[in-house]
Amino acid sequence: MEKKNNWKAWLYLAPVVILTGIFIFYPLVNTIGIAFLKNYRYLTGTSEGFTLDNFGYVLGIVPRVYQGIELYYTDVIKFAVPNTLIIVFVTVPLSITISLLIAVSLNSIKWFKKIFQTIFFIPYVTNAIAVGMVFAVIFDGFGLWNFLFGLVMPTYWVDMGADPSKAMFALCVYIIWHSLPYKILIFLSGLQNIDKQYYDAAKVDSASRFKTFTSITVPLLSPQIFYIMITSFIGAFKEYSSVMGLLGKSGTAPGNNNMYTVVFYIYDSIDNGNVHLGAAAAVLLFLVILSFTGIQFWISKKRVHY
Amino acid sequence: MKLDIHKLLHLKTRSEKNEARRLRPEYKSIDTRSMTLVIKEGGLSATQLEKLQKVMKAISMILIYAFLLVMAIIVLVPFYWMIITSLKTNTEIRASQQTFWPEIVMWSNYVDVFDRFDFATYLTNTLIVGVISTLGTLVTTIFAAFAFARLQFKGKATFFALLLATMMIPGEMMVITNYITVSNFGWLSNQLGVFTAMIVPFWVSVFYIYLLRQNFLQIPNELYLASKVDGKTDWSYLWNVMVPLSMPTLISIFILKLMGAWNSYVWPNLVADKQEYRLITNGLRSSFSTTAGEPEYGLQMAATVLVTVPLLLLFIFFRKYIMKGVGRAGIKG
Repeated sequence: MEKKNNWKAWLYLAPVVILTGIFIFYPLVNTIGIAFLKNYRYLTGTSEGFTLDNFGYVLGIVPRVYQGIELYYTDVIKFAVPNTLIIVFVTVPLSITISLLIAVSLNSIKWFKKIFQTIFFIPYVTNAIAVGMVFAVIFDGFGLWNFLFGLVMPTYWVDMGADPSKAMFALCVYIIWHSLPYKILIFLSGLQNIDKQYYDAAKVDSASRFKTFTSITVPLLSPQIFYIMITSFIGAFKEYSSVMGLLGKSGTAPGNNNMYTVVFYIYDSIDNGNVHLGAAAAVLLFLVILSFTGIQFWISKKRVHY
Repeated sequence: MKLDIHKLLHLKTRSEKNEARRLRPEYKSIDTRSMTLVIKEGGLSATQLEKLQKVMKAISMILIYAFLLVMAIIVLVPFYWMIITSLKTNTEIRASQQTFWPEIVMWSNYVDVFDRFDFATYLTNTLIVGVISTLGTLVTTIFAAFAFARLQFKGKATFFALLLATMMIPGEMMVITNYITVSNFGWLSNQLGVFTAMIVPFWVSVFYIYLLRQNFLQIPNELYLASKVDGKTDWSYLWNVMVPLSMPTLISIFILKLMGAWNSYVWPNLVADKQEYRLITNGLRSSFSTTAGEPEYGLQMAATVLVTVPLLLLFIFFRKYIMKGVGRAGIKG
């Protein structure tokens, strides 16, 4: 009934086609290409041909020969990978548990619900760098954290060459704090969609609160929990501005990369001109994220149903 | 088989009762008609049980409120600490005895901060970049969402799927080539170019196209057919019917995109190499990180307050739009 209007539709889509062509589709292909070039120089556009060494070099497997000496680069494998894994396995489960508890509590109260909901959403509308700087003050050698927990002043957490495990603790506290609002919002909207009948049935069976939570709430909320889990995993792999906000640099002391992440490496490669290495790291990051997204699609089709 | 209800419930038949009365004459005086039935569970009667349940419910409610209150305080502490630190002297901030209220309220921190932190320049830059990139995004989003929701054309499903697929690609994948592209375009040499580099690559947001398309699809087909009967063009239907009907979504997009510009850090940091081109977040991080020796937390936190308050104001006025726009993302998952 409605006729096709090809040229008109593409005219409406023209801005999107041009912009995504230049700034999304072309970069995707080009970055993958650069990752396989040896010593690519973007200012002149020259390279020394095809190589797979960029990936090996980023991961510290293949050395770079400089004046006859073999140099292995280890910052990614020694710092970025373990840091990312710690962030993934500490912040994701903890923040999901806390936000789930808050969402369920919010869903069960009548008074002050709106005001609590608003308070819990506030961290979302803040600037990651600005709040990171506030946490840096809290975790200062003479900061609130040391004072509240009666620690020796000064105990350094994020600067003055603090132990990386201490900085990682502060970073995890900050990441969890900053990631709660989005999760609470998603869980709460999921909870509001659960049919009240299930809870009435549980009441008739005089099921305990805990039993109701584990047997009704969690299974019926599994699509949201799973969505949040995957997006948090992906977010943890891309962590950058939280470290930048909290520390202002990639380590607890100048020139130290002990708080490095993969994304740091990618941006540093632009600064020092080795974009082919940054591109290789970006491709690796892309593959990790792609596999997580693949798992999400696969499992959400198979498992997350009730 | 005839079911003997008396046996089943361990009740006595009339003849058994009479027999029992005969054997135990003292039972005769008990008048069963004035008795009430009491069901006992766990050693408690029904009324006691009801009372206990009420008490348990009250206790669990108190626990829930206590939990929420503690969590709310934890969420708010950084904001409180930011504000009071911005009003303290440096000696008070770095004392081993921390205070929860400034001994001397240093309003002067808010005056001094402007010497170190060029708030006016950063604010102007951020507003210019934020508003132009937001308006541009709205235009491209409206056009694309209209084409995907209303028009029939070859390659529609394929291109839409292709666009959605780009949402899974991390931005870090594009950033290297985009940096090379904007420097090849010669955009990194002057202020206009740097601003263009901060604006143009962000004129497309696939997620907002998806969001608005969903909204456009909900507009009944009859409206379109009616406007066709009236001899209206697609163009006037888009601007006179679809856009006004989708105002809430468009406002959500506007606010979220503007907040994105206010918070953007990485890309502006790459392309704006001169201080006077910087956006507010870059200015905030770089203005205080070069000081040697004692950090001046008072000034730093005053600047942080200046960056945070506009966001909070935006949140207060547009809470509904922001939470709706953000919450929409989860539904597709």
